[in-house]
Parts: sequence; structure tokens; C-alpha cells
Amino acid sequence: MADALLVLADGTTFEGEAVGYAPPDGVATGEVVFNTALSGYQEIVTDPSYAGQIITFTYPHIGNYGINERDDQARVPHCRGVVVRDLARRASNWRATEHLDAFLRRHKVPGITGIDTRRLTRHIRQAGAIPGAFGVADRDTLLAAAERDGGTDGCDLASAVTTAQPYTIGPDAASLYVVAYDFGIKRSILDHLVGEGCQVEVVPARPPAEEVLARAPAGVFLSNGPGDPAAVTDAARNVRELVGKLPVFGICLGHQIMSLALGARTFKLRFGHHGGNHPVRHVPTGRVEITSQNHNYAVDADSLPEGSVVSHLNLNDGDIEGVHTGGLGAFSVQYHPEAGPGPHDARYLFKEFTELMRAG
Amino acid sequence: MPKRDDLESILLIGSGPIVIGQACEFDYSGTQACRVLREEGYRVVLVNSNPATIMTDPEFADATYVEPLDVPTITRIIEKERPDALLPTLGGQTGLNLAVALHDAGVLDRFGVELIGANVEAIRTAEDRQRFKLAMTEIGLQVPPSGIAYTVDEALVVAQQVGYPVIVRPAFILGGGGTGMAHGVDEMHRVAERGLAASPISEILIERSISGWKEYELEVMRDHADNVVVICSIENVDPMGVHTGESITVAPAQTLTDVEYQQMRDAAFACIRRIGVETGGSNVQFAVHPRTGEQVIIEMNPRVSRSSALASKATGFPIAKIAAKLAVGYRLDEIQNDITRETPASFEPTIDYVVTKFPRWAFEKLPGAAPVLGTQMQSVGEVMAIGRTFAESLQKAVRSLETGRLGLNCDPTERELDAFGDDELVSSAAVPTPERLFHVEAALRRFVSVERVHEVTNIDPWFCDQILQIVEERDRLEQLGLQQMTRADWRRAKRLGFGDGQLAYLWGVPQADIRAARLAAGVRVTYKTVDTCAAEFSAFTPYHYGTYEDTDEIAPLTKPAVVILGSGPNRIGQGVEFDYCCVHAAFALRDAGFETVMVNCNPETVSTDYDTSDRLFFEPLTEEDVLNICERLTDSGGPGGLKGVIVSLGGQTPLKLAHVLERNGIPVLGTSPSSIDAAEDREQFNALCTKLGIPQPPGGTATNVDEAQRIANEIHYPVLVRPSYVLGGRAMQIVYDDTDLRRAMVELTHTGSLGREGGLSLERPALIDRFLEDAVEVDVDALRDRTGEVLIGGVMEHIEEAGVHSGDSACAIPPPTLAADVIRTIEQHTCALAEALDVIGLCNVQYAVKDDTVFVIEANPRASRTVPFVSKATGVPLAKVAARVMLGATLEELREEGLLHPPAEGGHVAVKEAVLPFGRFPDVDTILGPEMRSTGEVMGIDRTFGMAFGKSQAGAGNTLPHRGTVFLSLADRDKNAGLLAARRFAELGFAIAATAGTARALDENGVPVDTVVAKVGEDVGVDAVDLISSGKVDFVVNTPRGRGPRADGMHIRRAALSHGVACVTTVSAALAAAAGISEELARPPEVRSLQEYHDDGQLRLEV
Ligand SMILES: Nc1ncnc2c1ncn2[C@@H]1O[C@H](COP(=O)(O)OP(=O)(O)O)[C@@H](O)[C@H]1O
Ligand SMILES: Nc1ncnc2c1ncn2[C@@H]1O[C@H](COP(=O)(O)OP(=O)(O)O)[C@@H](O)[C@H]1O
Ligand SMILES: [Mg+2]
Ligand SMILES: [Mg+2]
Repeated sequence: MADALLVLADGTTFEGEAVGYAPPDGVATGEVVFNTALSGYQEIVTDPSYAGQIITFTYPHIGNYGINERDDQARVPHCRGVVVRDLARRASNWRATEHLDAFLRRHKVPGITGIDTRRLTRHIRQAGAIPGAFGVADRDTLLAAAERDGGTDGCDLASAVTTAQPYTIGPDAASLYVVAYDFGIKRSILDHLVGEGCQVEVVPARPPAEEVLARAPAGVFLSNGPGDPAAVTDAARNVRELVGKLPVFGICLGHQIMSLALGARTFKLRFGHHGGNHPVRHVPTGRVEITSQNHNYAVDADSLPEGSVVSHLNLNDGDIEGVHTGGLGAFSVQYHPEAGPGPHDARYLFKEFTELMRAG
Repeated sequence: MPKRDDLESILLIGSGPIVIGQACEFDYSGTQACRVLREEGYRVVLVNSNPATIMTDPEFADATYVEPLDVPTITRIIEKERPDALLPTLGGQTGLNLAVALHDAGVLDRFGVELIGANVEAIRTAEDRQRFKLAMTEIGLQVPPSGIAYTVDEALVVAQQVGYPVIVRPAFILGGGGTGMAHGVDEMHRVAERGLAASPISEILIERSISGWKEYELEVMRDHADNVVVICSIENVDPMGVHTGESITVAPAQTLTDVEYQQMRDAAFACIRRIGVETGGSNVQFAVHPRTGEQVIIEMNPRVSRSSALASKATGFPIAKIAAKLAVGYRLDEIQNDITRETPASFEPTIDYVVTKFPRWAFEKLPGAAPVLGTQMQSVGEVMAIGRTFAESLQKAVRSLETGRLGLNCDPTERELDAFGDDELVSSAAVPTPERLFHVEAALRRFVSVERVHEVTNIDPWFCDQILQIVEERDRLEQLGLQQMTRADWRRAKRLGFGDGQLAYLWGVPQADIRAARLAAGVRVTYKTVDTCAAEFSAFTPYHYGTYEDTDEIAPLTKPAVVILGSGPNRIGQGVEFDYCCVHAAFALRDAGFETVMVNCNPETVSTDYDTSDRLFFEPLTEEDVLNICERLTDSGGPGGLKGVIVSLGGQTPLKLAHVLERNGIPVLGTSPSSIDAAEDREQFNALCTKLGIPQPPGGTATNVDEAQRIANEIHYPVLVRPSYVLGGRAMQIVYDDTDLRRAMVELTHTGSLGREGGLSLERPALIDRFLEDAVEVDVDALRDRTGEVLIGGVMEHIEEAGVHSGDSACAIPPPTLAADVIRTIEQHTCALAEALDVIGLCNVQYAVKDDTVFVIEANPRASRTVPFVSKATGVPLAKVAARVMLGATLEELREEGLLHPPAEGGHVAVKEAVLPFGRFPDVDTILGPEMRSTGEVMGIDRTFGMAFGKSQAGAGNTLPHRGTVFLSLADRDKNAGLLAARRFAELGFAIAATAGTARALDENGVPVDTVVAKVGEDVGVDAVDLISSGKVDFVVNTPRGRGPRADGMHIRRAALSHGVACVTTVSAALAAAAGISEELARPPEVRSLQEYHDDGQLRLEV
């Protein structure tokens, strides 16, 4: 394996070895974030919400059980690279069909291994999510590249990962027809909607509200996705015109967009929440859910307008994890009830959405 | 909901003596529970028969009962203390089973005691294998096909239906007691019989064997609001068929996709909810088919367990502590995570390192037991190691074991494997043994493929490949050689866990050179922190492990710091007693204003609880790792500096490091290393005793058979042969003639059983001593300060005669029979020795008293096994005082300070009894000898010797009968003394049965014998075994006949053991038993707390 460096925009440098895809210029750049999940690297690498980002895995051994055909969250990975302490050279699992390394090469995702990922994580915890560059290029080149990378603030990354053409999944016989705005939707979300008896038409991030209403769906779903919610062109405006007219359910970026639509503000967290162990209180019942999370932005509590209620709270830092509009039949959560990867504690939300649609 | 205020006092049941399958992990959980409940303002009543535990220190509970753990005794305690609630889930299987028994006996209802944590229904559903399976099937979880049987015949039928091979699993057991595999009818007979005997309700589950499947455990917690979280997932390297307690296990799970893991998590939650554990921790075990992913549930333990202790240490999440809080009404989200301080306990810890647990066995001490691992626990302890990679943590774990190995081979022990051919290696690896992983490594080194190794071992290919990486790195290093090593090479080798010792072996250079070269290359260990959250939040607890990364997280010392070296894995001869001493030192020194630093690698212990000391280093206790820590602390800067290291409280393990530390300029606190040698080195010690005029048994040292022979002829047989530098009487033998002597000596050589432990050499000669027959053995624990004042902590008279290892014989404080002047002589000798050795701190001296001559057997300038027992008996905190004395305090100062007060004595007698593991090793003779084999101890305390002895026997599971038949079978030399015992039993109204020879002797001396039985084998009439098996015997006295391997009589002792008949193997024990019985018949039993005994003692002193 070739020696490689990881250099952050602030000059902090780490030694490692290049793995995965080898970019011709020997440089990979992106916003460096860390994920603390112990399992689920395949789902994480293929989660479109990581567009524009370099994923650091805090768990040292990554790739142990290889890659299988079922667990991808999107057709292709959108992340800019992966940083690990130890990339498994042997995959062992009855479902494994490929090694993570081969998968990364096939999908042109560069990687770096042998990194003191705990040092990196502690650095990001202090400095916040920060642009970085890694590869076999020399330190100056990497540092320059890192400094050039703008990070995700103000970028509409959703439009970059959304589907080009609408497509429909789920049986025609399904009792509920749902339109899902694709800001970077994960496969496991669609599986859950279909599992709850929906037929889902997945549409790009752009189409205006009237086009959606014209399809007369039982409800509208706002998907997860990458980047700055405030930058996703038109999305908030469209949603504003939908809320109140029919049931709306949003997850992650979809939650932020719905909150914006309701008139709230979003802000960027220092290093975000990326992992599978975040405790969230379901305010009405007081029950605690262990949740899968992956977001750098959050909804500003003080900016929430009259009538919208906080339904879920993060017990670690008190951030808003869920909002509903009372009478207006719209609700959204910041975390990932669909898991993929992560715990299943919050699956009930998909049922609530279908119940809302059946009622409405 | 905050904590319950409708409860005032809570009863906790400890887990009793350390036995295989139930070790000091329950001292850890119990101690945490006591602390928490008192912090919450509850009155804590504790009962535990084990005096060596930290939980039984008077300051951890409001009322501490060191009493036998049985229903009648606990009923008395409940009647006296009237607790509002009983918390049964922290005292292991013992606590759980007793809670159920107390409920069934109606005791809990009668006194209105509420079970908190788990109710009886839940315990039953979890522990009764059949009910468990029905419950799991009911909620749609898969279980292996099985059936239940209550008799051997039923078992055979069920086995046919289920289909061989089957495994037999008794209900309500622990550590796989009585479980076993059967491949056919004949085997099934034996296994079923054993299983039925092992189950308290003689119920066994017969289950299709799924050996070879992957085995997993999840540690789960639930609160009363039904919030459930997984604390830790554990993957077994050894697949199904090897008990989790016998397996090398790894946290977190390594080879499960998230989909499979979440499926397992859902199943665990469904399980704990269905079983109905209201609050607390549970352990759920699963098996996964390696090629289909099919998941089945194996069992759930509705209590904290060995694995939950491991999980707590592995993640930094204190399961027992939280479980106690949940039991009194808190919700998980109402409890703070005290490592991050800002986040709640209602989360799932995530880690950024790999944890490996490696068991430690003691087969070398149990001749006759085949070292093959299975569904029964046989290991006596375990180590845990933390590394950033599996390879690193695995190699650290191996060098933590102290079995003479320096890592995964690449050390002198691997030479044994040279003899093996490749196929031999593969076939030996196919059998699960303590050696298996080392055979796997050797096989891979010989280019046997990972596929092949996986095929024969069912060890997951990922683990095999990790081992292969160690193999490949070793080859690289061998090619390179020390001179070529660059910084990158050092980093790479260290990151795969290679120890300096392994490299020294590989390159044939001194270990010191390796260290020097590495440091010269600028490669230093870095210490990371265990923080429950993979660094997402900052951590406030300095719980560290060493690894080789870019940066470390050691904060500067804020106060003068003291490093306390722990005792490593539990083993026979070195167990919880030493952890007790280390923990007490930590408490005392913290109170005295020092910064305390604990180093240990045993996950079961209180010492490795992150809030026992100011800093915890979870590291191997080896030269390399300890030096790394000391050096890192020395350059850590800050106002405090490193005062020094305490090596004398953790048993032999840290003592061995004294010289290395001194050589590296690190102060050794307390007795100096040279004094330690003066005591350990036979020549020096002899000279010393001669100078002081203290008699020793005549003897000498020999490095070969002829020398031994010469000495033996000078001093005359019988002689005792013992290697130097060993603990627990390792490989010690009494020999009566030349042939015995030759055999004994051969066993000490490299080829013999002691080979791996160093064998014989000029540095390690064998000691040949005259064996003092029928001598009374006496143990003394004493303390000496820098002014030379000596404090006699306790004088313990042994029940069994010298020749039975001090660790295996019962002993009493105060001495029941020793003459006052003998005691005075013993005290004088002890003071003289302490003075001459310039002891600063604790020392332990052992004597043998024969015809009023006091011989010294050995002196150890360190804390001994008996320190906690003495402290419980007298109320004097010896270990705390010792720690202070080692840091310069004088006894006088400590008196003024109030830490040291006079012993509470006069009103009571305390008897310590050993608990032996023979039940698990059917082929091992139960006879006691100079090699220690007990795993744990209990204490009986009462107003008189007899009552105390009776309690000690009950505590050890040897409850004395009050009527019935006593069976005697005595060696000739015991017949006179035995006569006395027989007479006492007859007077107490017992019928006497005896073997022919013994009967004749008794008869001739006017003791009527009611039943005479034939020697076993003589097929005339009933023989001894028939008689015992038929349940017609209530007490067995069998003293070994013949010499050397004392085979004769073994079948009698085994029969007694397997039919649960109390059995003693010395006349002295028989006499003590008689004394106990007569007392018990005379007086009603009584329970009193340590606090009561100690306070009375103090009062008596004041008046
Ligand atoms: N059906 C089975 N086939 C093969 N091995 C088994 C089976 N059931 C249990 N085992 C093995 O036996 C060990 C002990 O069983 P377990 O029920 O966990 O007993 P304990 O209550 O002592 O933990 C398990 O760790 C597992 O390795
Ligand atoms: N000369 C002797 N005569 C009789 N018994 C002895 C003699 N020396 C030792 N023993 C017995 O052997 C046991 C173990 O010896 P010891 O030196 O204490 O070993 P260890 O230091 O390993 O505990 C002692 O407890 C004592 O019972
Ligand atoms: Mg069990
Ligand atoms: Mg088990």
C-alpha cells in the first residue's frame, strides 16, 4: 500500500496508506466528518446524505463483513472518501459478495487507512467539521486542496444527488399513493413506506407544489439528503404550499426543509450528529428512543413559529429532533427512523404517517 | 420517576466463595450496588460468606453479615433486620437461586420483603430451560430443537427424538455446571446422570447440538419505563460448544452486518420484555449459523454476570451501578453518564478500540483432568486487554495471562510446537484446548491455509486472517533484523501488538536493548481513553489503555502520585484477596491526599473499576507495560511527581517486577527489593534464620536428582520437594522414598509439568526439606513501619496439619489450641524476622509447630492471602495501614489519626475454610496436599470455635449433620487420633461405620462399630462406595492411606463428593467437626453482623 497523508484545512496532518480508488492527481477533498456507528459501513458509505463529505469511521476495523447486494442505500455512493484506522483485507460474512476495498475502487471512492482516527475525531470535536484533503500527493498540494474546498455551507447538494427522472415503486394495488421528494433518499426509507402499504412515486427535488398536488397523492414525503437545507432551491417554498393541504412527513433534510417552510431557521452544528446511539425523548410519552443520526444542520428552537410543536428532543445536547404542526397534519424528525444502519426503535413513525394519510 | 421513597432498607445477597464460574465479578457488582444504594440514602444489609471480598468491608454496608448463604441463615437475618426489599440480581446465580428459595419458603411474604430488580416469575422463566424455550417460541424467536427429561431413561428417549449429537443443559446452573455433549447412547447415560445431579430441581434440557455456530452475547439494560438499551455486543472467537466463560471473546461483535446485528438487538429486547425483567441488566446469548445467518437464542441470564462485568470494563458503562439505581426507581434518562457528565445513561455506548478477553485455566494443578474445553466452565480466571486493533488486543491479552507466554507465540514456549508435524498441528487445533490458538498460529506460520484452519476449528476466517497478519509481520521482522528497524517498522510491529519480549526472542537480544532501540527510533506508547462514546464527547474519567498512535491523552499529575500494581488474572493461589489489598491501598492513599494510579488487567475486579483510583491503566502487568506507564507519568509534568510503585499488595505478580523497576530508577515503595530476595532466596533466608536462632526444618537446595538424593539421605524421609519462586505450593510434593523423590524431581525439570514455568536451574533450585509430620501449621500477618514498630495483625492456627497447603486448610483466629508461650515465641520470631528483613509494610510468616518447637517454613515480605480474613476477624484495616506505612506514615501517627485502632477480640472466633473445585473435575482426587487447589474461601464467625467452625463448613457447602452415621476409613498412622474422633461422634449419638481395618482398631479400643464394610473391590457384601451412594452415611472421615500418589481411598472421597455427603480428609478436621456438632446441638444458631462483633470488641477494650 502506498503511503498517503490526510491534511486538514487548518494544517493538521495525519499519516496513513492509500486504499480504495486512486484519483489520478492523488488528491481527494471534502468536508471531514466522523461517524461513531460500530456496524453499517456499507449503508453509511452509500448514504447520499454524505455527498461532499469525507467519512471518518471511529471504529477501527472497517470492512470485516465485506459488501453484500442488499444493504446499499443508493445505486452509487456519493461521499468524497473514507478514512479508517484499519481496512479489513478479508471479508467474512455469509452474505458478502465483495470486499469493501474493491467496492470503493469500483465506485471511484478514495480511501485512507492506518489513520489515528481517535486523534482526528477529537480534533473535529474541537475544530468542527472541517475541509480536508488526502491522498498520495505531497503535503503542500493536499493542504492547498483542503483550503480550496469550501465545505458544505450554502451548497445545494441535494439537487446534485436527486433522481433525474421520477420513478415509482411499490404495488399498483397499494392502498396509499405517496409522492416523495428525493433530496438524496435512502433505499430503506422506500422499503419502509412500501412495507406500510404505500406505492411511492419518487420525484426530483425541484417540481413545484402544484405538480405534486396534481398527482393527488394521499401524502407527501420529504426525504433525507446532504448539505445546507437553506440552499435547497425552491424546496421550502414548495413545501409551504403543501403543508395543511395533505399529510406531510419529513426525515432529516426533509425535516429541516419542512421547518424552514413553517418559518423556522436552521443553523450548522459544530460537528453534527453521525452515529447510531443518540438518545431522543419522545416528548408526549417521555419514552427514550435510541436513534440513527446523520446531520450537520439543525432547526433553531427559538425560531419555531406558533402552532408548530417540538415532538422529539435530543437528550445529549437538547437539539430539536422532531416537530409537528398540530392540526396541519405535517410532522418530521431530524433522525432516521428507517435506520439502515441503526436501531429500529422509531419505526412506528412510518405507521403514524400511513395512519395520518388514511385518516386524512 | 425519581427514586422510591417507600423503601428504607434493602437486603443484598453476595455470591459467596470464589468458585469456577462465579468469581470476583460479583464482588465488583456487589460493591458498586452497596455504594450506590447508600449514596441514595438506603440502609443496606449485606450477606456474603466470602471474607476476601471488598463488599464485605464494614464500611460498605450498614449491616454486614459474613454468614453461610442458605435459607435458614438468611431467614434469621431477615427476621432480625426486617429489610423492605431484596435485590437478588447482583449476587450471581447464588443470589438469584437463594431469592427464589426464600420466596418458595414463604419467607419473603412472611416478612413483607419485596423483590426488586427481577420477580420470581421472571427468574423462573429465564432459568428454567423448558419454560424459557416455550416463552421464546411464543414470541417467534428460534431455539434449537430440544426436549426435557427428569430421569436418565427419559433422557435417552428424548435424545433419540432430538437426534445425536445432543447437549445436556441442567436448569438453574451456572458456568455450565453439569452440561455436556453426547454423541451416542453410552455417552448419553453418563452425561444425563451428571446433568440431573447438577440441577437443583434435577431437570435437564436435551438439545440438538449446534456446535460450530458463531456465538454472541448482548448485554442489555431495561428500566421500569421500558426503555431498553444494548450496552455491549460480544463475539466469541471459539464457536458454540465452548462455554462463553471458556472462550476467547471480543467486543464489539466483528463479523455481523448491521442488518444481522439489529435483528439480534430486536430479539434481545423482545426476550427481556417477555421474560419480564423489570429493571436492570441481562445477558442474552445467541448462535448464528456461519453459512445461512440463521439466528437462534441460547439463553438469557436475568442478572448481572461475568459478561456484564466484562462489558462494563470494555465500554466504561458501569452496568451494576446503573442496575442498582434502576432497581430503586430511576429511569435510564434520569441517570447521568459519569464519564461524559453531560449526557444521560439512556444511550448505547460506542467504542473505538477492540477488547479481547482470554480465560486462564489451572489444569497443571489438577492432575487427572483432561485439558479439553467444552460446555462446562473450567477456567479459574480471565484477563482483558484493550488495543486499537484485534491483533494488538489479542497479543496484549496473551502476555497479560502470566502463563510464561509473551504473546501469540514468538516466544520460548513455541518450541514445544516444533515437535508437531503440520497435520498434527491442524488436528490438535481442531480440539478446543487452552493451547488451541497457539496451534492455529503455528499452523498458519507453516502455510496451512486460513480456509483449512477455519474448516477444522470453525473459528471465523476473519479472526484467522488477523492471526495470519501477526504471522506475516513476524516474518517481515525476522527478515529485517533489529538494525534495519525504521520508525515505520516499529510502529507497524507495535500496532500488531508485538511485545518487546517477543522481539527480544525473535532477534536473540536482551529485552532492554529492544526497548532502547524503539525509544531511540522515537516510537513511544500513547495512552487513549475509554469514554463510552468514541470521543464524540470529552471524558472526565482517566481510564486509559496503551497503544501506538500519534497522540495520547494523559493529563499532568496534579498531586504526588502512587502507582499500585494489581494481581492480574485470578488463579489458584492468587485471587480476590490481593485485589482487596490493592483496592484498600487506593482508598487509603486517596484519602491521604495522593493521586492513586491502578494498573491491572483483570476485568472481574473492583480494582479495575474506573472510580476506585484516580487513574486506571488497563494494561498487562509486564516489565514493558509497567515501565511504559511509569515513564509516561514521570514526564507528564504537573505539580505532582511519581512518588513510587507499590509491588507488595498484588501477590507474586508485581513482586516479580521489583528489580526491573529499581534498575530503571523507579522508586519501589515499602520493603526493598533486596529484602524481598533475602526472603525468597533459600540460601539467604537460611543464613538469616540461623543468625536469628529461629529453627527451620532441616533441608537444602538441589538443582538435580543426585543432589536431591544426597540431601534427602542426610535429613531423612519424608521430605518435601518444592520449587523456588512459585506461589500456591505449585508442584510441591511430599515424598517418602528414593523412587518418589526421583519422580518428583523429574517433574520439576523443563520436560516436566513445571517446564513452562521455568523448570529447574541454578537460579531456580528445588528446596528439599524434612517434612514435619503431624505438625500444627500457623500463619501470621504482621506490619512494620519505618521506626521499626511491629504490629502483629493476626495469628492463625490451621485446622489441618502442616502438609496441607495454608491456602487449602481451615484456620482460626484466635488460635484455639496453641499454648500461650508458643504464641509468644511465634510473635517474637515474627518481629525478629520483620526487623532483620527491614520490612516496611506487610509480611506473612508461616510456621510449623511440632512438639512445642516452632519451625519457620517461609516468610513473604508482602500482603498475604489471609489479610482480608484477618481484617474481617479483628476489624483492623491492615491493607490500608500498610499502604500508609509504605508511604512513610508511622503506626503511631496512624493511631492518632484514627485509622489504626486495637483489634476487636475476646468475644468471638473466626474460622476460614477453603472451597475446592473438585466438583467440576470428576477424575481428580479430592485429597489435600502441599499444592494449593482451592479457588476461594468462606468465613464462619461466632462466639465459640465450634459454632464458627460449623458455620464455615456450612458456608463451604459441607453442612455438618446433627445425627446419623459417620463413616471412618483411616490410614494406620491416623488410627490413634482417629479413635478420639470416633469416640466423640459416638458420644454425640452418631452410629459408626468403618472399613475393616479401621473397625478393628476402634473395636479393640472400645468404640462400638455398627457397620463394617468391605474394602472396595472385594466383592463381598456392601463396600464403602455402595454404603455412601445408598445415602446411609451422613459424614465421611477418610484420611489418605499409602504414600506418593495417594490413590487409595479416592473412590470413597469421590463417592462422598458426588452424593453431597460432607467429607473430611484429616483427623484434625474430624475433631473440629465433632466440636462444631456438639455446639450446634447445644445452642440455638445466631446471626450477628461484623459491625456488632467489631463494636463489642471495642467496648470490651474500653471497659
Ligand atoms: N445446542 C447447543 N449446541 C452446542 N453448544 C451449545 C448449545 N447450547 C449451549 N451450548 C454451549 O454451552 C455453553 C453453556 O450453555 P449456557 O446455556 O450458556 O450455560 P450457562 O448457563 O452456564 O451459561 C454455551 O456458551 C454454548 O457454547
Ligand atoms: N517442612 C515442612 N513440613 C511440613 N509441611 C510443610 C513444610 N514446608 C512446607 N509445608 C507445607 O507446604 C505448604 C506450602 O508451602 P509454602 O512454602 O507455604 O508454599 P507457598 O509459598 O507456595 O505457599 C505449607 O502451607 C505447609 O503446609
Ligand atoms: Mg446461565
Ligand atoms: Mg451462558
